[in-house]
Amino acid sequence: MTINLTMLGQLISFVMFVLFCMKFVWPPLTQAMRERQKALAEGLEKAVLAEKQLESANDAAAVELEAAKKQAAELIAQARQRANQIVEDAKGQATEEADRIKLGAQSEIDQEVNRARESLRARVGELAIQGAERILESSVDQARHQEMLNKLAAQL
Amino acid sequence: MAGEDQTSGEYIQHHITNLTYGQLPDGSWALAHTPEEIKSMGFLAIHVDTMLWSLMTGFAFLAIFIIAARNVTAAVPGTLQNLCEMVVEFVEDNIRQVFGTRPNPIIGPLSLTILVWVFLMNLMDLIPIDFVPWVAHAAGINYFKIVATTDPNATLGMALGVFALVLYYNIKIKGPIKFGAGLFTHPIPHWSMYWFNIILETVDMIAKPLSHGLRLFGNMYAGEMIFILIALLPFYAQWALSLPWAIFHILIISLQAFVFMILTIVYLTQAHETGEH
Repeated sequence: MTINLTMLGQLISFVMFVLFCMKFVWPPLTQAMRERQKALAEGLEKAVLAEKQLESANDAAAVELEAAKKQAAELIAQARQRANQIVEDAKGQATEEADRIKLGAQSEIDQEVNRARESLRARVGELAIQGAERILESSVDQARHQEMLNKLAAQL
Repeated sequence: MAGEDQTSGEYIQHHITNLTYGQLPDGSWALAHTPEEIKSMGFLAIHVDTMLWSLMTGFAFLAIFIIAARNVTAAVPGTLQNLCEMVVEFVEDNIRQVFGTRPNPIIGPLSLTILVWVFLMNLMDLIPIDFVPWVAHAAGINYFKIVATTDPNATLGMALGVFALVLYYNIKIKGPIKFGAGLFTHPIPHWSMYWFNIILETVDMIAKPLSHGLRLFGNMYAGEMIFILIALLPFYAQWALSLPWAIFHILIISLQAFVFMILTIVYLTQAHETGEH
């Protein structure tokens, strides 16, 4: 082991390397590290903020949901009411219609009865005259008895 | 492993000799071929292998980190950037714990350079001891040490650089007068003891770079020596010792790089301390 110029050479290269490191290596690396640290800190802060926002958004959503549920319930109740009303209305109309049909049928029946009565009346008059003719075996003055027969028929 | 024509002593001697370029006794400049020639060169000589490997490892360090710094992003980092940032963060952590948060433009890059560069130079120790010298020998080069930190010139050179910074900050922070006065009034602040204080402080001053540089050198040199001794064993038995030692050495090379960096930070911290202690 001898001490010689190598020591100075080493000293010079040492200084050179340190200067290079100072200029080209240390600043960009440390700066990037600082920036990343800052970005991380900001990111964490933002995450906390986002969590808070999420919480409030969840609360708002719950409120909205509650309101929507209430509204839906109201709508359903309204719809039910309306359906009931429609059914009631239909029932009323149907009853009216049935009454009307019944009424029509009744009047028809009455007419039919009257008609039958009229023809019966006419037939009864004829039969009575025939019967009377047979009984009397003589011709009866049609004209004279017609009035009496009509009176008799009107009594039926 | 010792060659056929070498004794163990020669083998060891060969492995701890640097490739030296200097002035031979006859006045010509050349690479030294024998230890005697190296001795005759004196101070005006240079260890070519030490310089080569320290520059190569230094440039490797710069290349890796400059590539990472060029492509740096504050978003999700790539593998290389991640690795480099881990190292930078480790260095910053240590500075923060020892040096505090005083603003200083040089201590960060200085510590990073020391940590990685010394680590890389130490790392060469894990390359099988005969491998590179054998290749160099085939290329006609006599001596070739690849671990720059087993050369005291390398470690003392760096320690001197740190020492210069320590002096600079001592004078800058405390002022030349207060710093000069401190040499006389510390540790015993009485005028009759000033002669004693200046001796003590001078020894303290000189001991700092010496212990700083020689600690790294000593550890790496000893580790290298063990590898050399293991390499003297028969080739089939070497693994039994060289493997555990190499694994243990992974710890040592990292630890020594770390210690060199921490000492640098500690010395600079002392240079910045103005208060009484």
